[in-house]
Amino acid sequence: MSLDVGNLRAKRGLSLVSAILIGCGIMILIPQVLFAEQIRGAESMKLFDRATRFFEMRDQSVRVVVLGSILIGLSCGMIGSFVVTRRLSLFGDTLSHAVLPGIAMGFLWAESKNNLALLIGATLAGFLGVACISFLQKFTKIRQDSALGIVLSGFYAVGICMLTRIQKMDYGNQSGLDSYLFGQVSALSSNDLLGICVSLLLIALFITLNYKELLISGFDPEYARSVRLPGDALQYLLWGLLAFCVISSLQVIGVILASALLIIPAASASLLAKRMSSYLWMAASLGAVSGFGGAFLSFLGERLPTGPLIVLKASFLFLLILIFRPHDGVLVNWIKSRWQGHRIAMENTLKAIYQVIESHNFSETSIRMDELMQRRNLGSGGCLKEVNRLTRSGYATSSLDQNSSTGLLPEKRVSLTPKGWEYACRIVRNHRLWELYLTNEARYAPDHVHEDAEKIEHVLGEETVRQLERILSNPRQDPHGKLIPSLVDIERGWLGSKNLSG
Amino acid sequence: MDVSFFPEFDFVRIFIEPWRNPAAAAWNGQVILMGLFICWSCGVLGSFIVVRRMALMGDAISHGILPGLAIAFLFTGSLALGPMWIGACLAGLACSYCIEWLHLHTPLRQDAALGLVFTSFFALGVTLISLQAGHVDLHPDCILYGEIGFVPLAPSLHIGEVDLGNRALWTMGGVCALILGAVLIFFRHLLVSSFDATLARSMGIRVRRVHFGLMLGLALATVASLESVGVILVVAMLVFPSVTASFFFARLSSLVWATFPLGVAYSVGGFHLAQWLDCSLAGAMATFAGLLFIPCCLFGPLDGIFWKLRNRSNNKQRY
Repeated sequence: MSLDVGNLRAKRGLSLVSAILIGCGIMILIPQVLFAEQIRGAESMKLFDRATRFFEMRDQSVRVVVLGSILIGLSCGMIGSFVVTRRLSLFGDTLSHAVLPGIAMGFLWAESKNNLALLIGATLAGFLGVACISFLQKFTKIRQDSALGIVLSGFYAVGICMLTRIQKMDYGNQSGLDSYLFGQVSALSSNDLLGICVSLLLIALFITLNYKELLISGFDPEYARSVRLPGDALQYLLWGLLAFCVISSLQVIGVILASALLIIPAASASLLAKRMSSYLWMAASLGAVSGFGGAFLSFLGERLPTGPLIVLKASFLFLLILIFRPHDGVLVNWIKSRWQGHRIAMENTLKAIYQVIESHNFSETSIRMDELMQRRNLGSGGCLKEVNRLTRSGYATSSLDQNSSTGLLPEKRVSLTPKGWEYACRIVRNHRLWELYLTNEARYAPDHVHEDAEKIEHVLGEETVRQLERILSNPRQDPHGKLIPSLVDIERGWLGSKNLSG
Repeated sequence: MDVSFFPEFDFVRIFIEPWRNPAAAAWNGQVILMGLFICWSCGVLGSFIVVRRMALMGDAISHGILPGLAIAFLFTGSLALGPMWIGACLAGLACSYCIEWLHLHTPLRQDAALGLVFTSFFALGVTLISLQAGHVDLHPDCILYGEIGFVPLAPSLHIGEVDLGNRALWTMGGVCALILGAVLIFFRHLLVSSFDATLARSMGIRVRRVHFGLMLGLALATVASLESVGVILVVAMLVFPSVTASFFFARLSSLVWATFPLGVAYSVGGFHLAQWLDCSLAGAMATFAGLLFIPCCLFGPLDGIFWKLRNRSNNKQRY
């Protein structure tokens, strides 16, 4: 990785300018959204009406909620991608729980639900929590997860004590405090929106300015140290921004689920992305989409909470990506393994047909179905299915025996086409070559080699077979004294007329 | 403001008053006993969970059982104990299974998988509960807060004609006995599989089964305590006893044993703290655990911060 300074600076300047432009655009948009005409009323509407009303976006509250959710999704997704790659996932969870005493403290300080006071209290508590975690990790041998658990439960317990104490003291207007647990979008004010915007801007600025440094110190700390990158400072800055992001999203998602928006979009993006830049964009857009979707869904219902719905939307997207992603997705893997299973079954049937023909000393070209059933260890139904599959693929043909009296299935005859014969020979050859290799070269006992060859015969490639032939110097017989069908035999198409060697 | 946040410290009101007359003593005794059961069962499980570096698993499982509760409630329409238990245990196991599946079959790391699964489960639970509007019986708030002070109000357990007393207490006591018994029987299995999974496998121990058994115990303890306490005490009790004791003892068996005196200290101390501050009892117990952790962390004989710093400065002087 080369640190081309001039190029980097130019790129940085460009991204800085674009980030500032986007930020200014958002800032200009907000007042327009907020002070536009307002439509109220319409208590109980049909689902469809609600949906159309949502998409018309003429309601001010709808616009605020949608904008807030999308912006939060963006910022959480962006910073979340660094959180997930640096294994800080549970850090966000701890942080969001740790701000609770700060909220209570802010309330006590302002003696009412003043958003600014709550925000300041939450920020202080969040940073105190971060300090505690790093202190515990630095000075004790307590492991990270335990340190997180201690800070999480300790701070949260203090917060609950304070909140219950506040409820018993004589404050009239403490009811709004509950909204911090699960979030309450309807209470989102323009100031909150501004806070969200500022945190988004800060995050975008931080990432664009320090993109390369973050990348290096995250993925290769040793190298980062060797080129004198301030890894610790970056780490603390990231933690601080994380705390800020969590706190600004509390109003929408709530304390308990605030970490979900950090983790889930980034985790979904990590299943798809190969590079950090695309990862960042994907996580941010997934976050925004889930924010929008959650806001829409919660608008459809009567009293549905927005925070959990945003999270549910995000995890739904994760599930979709998990199942349908192109490489290694659950669906793709399932289809692959099914296809593989079919191929292996087909090859086993071809081999069984070859073996039956071989047991008749290659005197007949077709075999009876019951012989195949016996060899393949299948019932008549399963066997018929296999033979039908072979017939469809053009490897075999089946016909009724002339001497058949009943016309029942076991008296049907199966014969291989030239193509099928070639395929069967190849499989048998793989099997026997491998057996021979194991006995001659790997010194296996002859009665131990069959199981292994059963598996490997389906996966041996052309090249490996040639190599085996070379090592074993073109053998004709396997360890059990049976013929190994050679390429020449296969090409001639028919072994039966030829005399066997030995 | 006519009441200050910290009320006056009145020794008699805090320490004597609760135990003066038999009725109050019986009431408060039940509260403390409940706290004790939770501290012991979670603390013992927690010693193994901390060693396995899954301290936040408690947080995850205790949140993850919510959809199970909600679905059980949706089907039966009542807060009957049986379906709730089954639902919660199934949801807890499903939660831990999903975490493990994601960890094994996708490139996601364990912490990301954990955070992803439990928040999704919890969000699902909250949504399900708020979908059935009108039923205020089951509210996510009460699961998180709980109020241990209402334990004595729980309905009595009747077997035939005999009134055995408080149902919540009996349930929690039963779960506590079950967990302690299981740990006593399977201590060696838990010990080996926590420290060295490969060795455990070679000794014929089913490591996965032990893991899921631990998770099941966790789910059981959470559900049993949910009725009255809320998850915060469970999460705190999983971490605090063993981490606090680790500043005094190095052996795992000592950590497990240390849970018992610590549990007594937490529940009694927390009770009186709550008496003083007039706040949530479960929160006060967890807060007391946190307060007790601080001096132990600073001055504990084993690797306490104070001794470490002093050694360091001594060394500096010497060189």
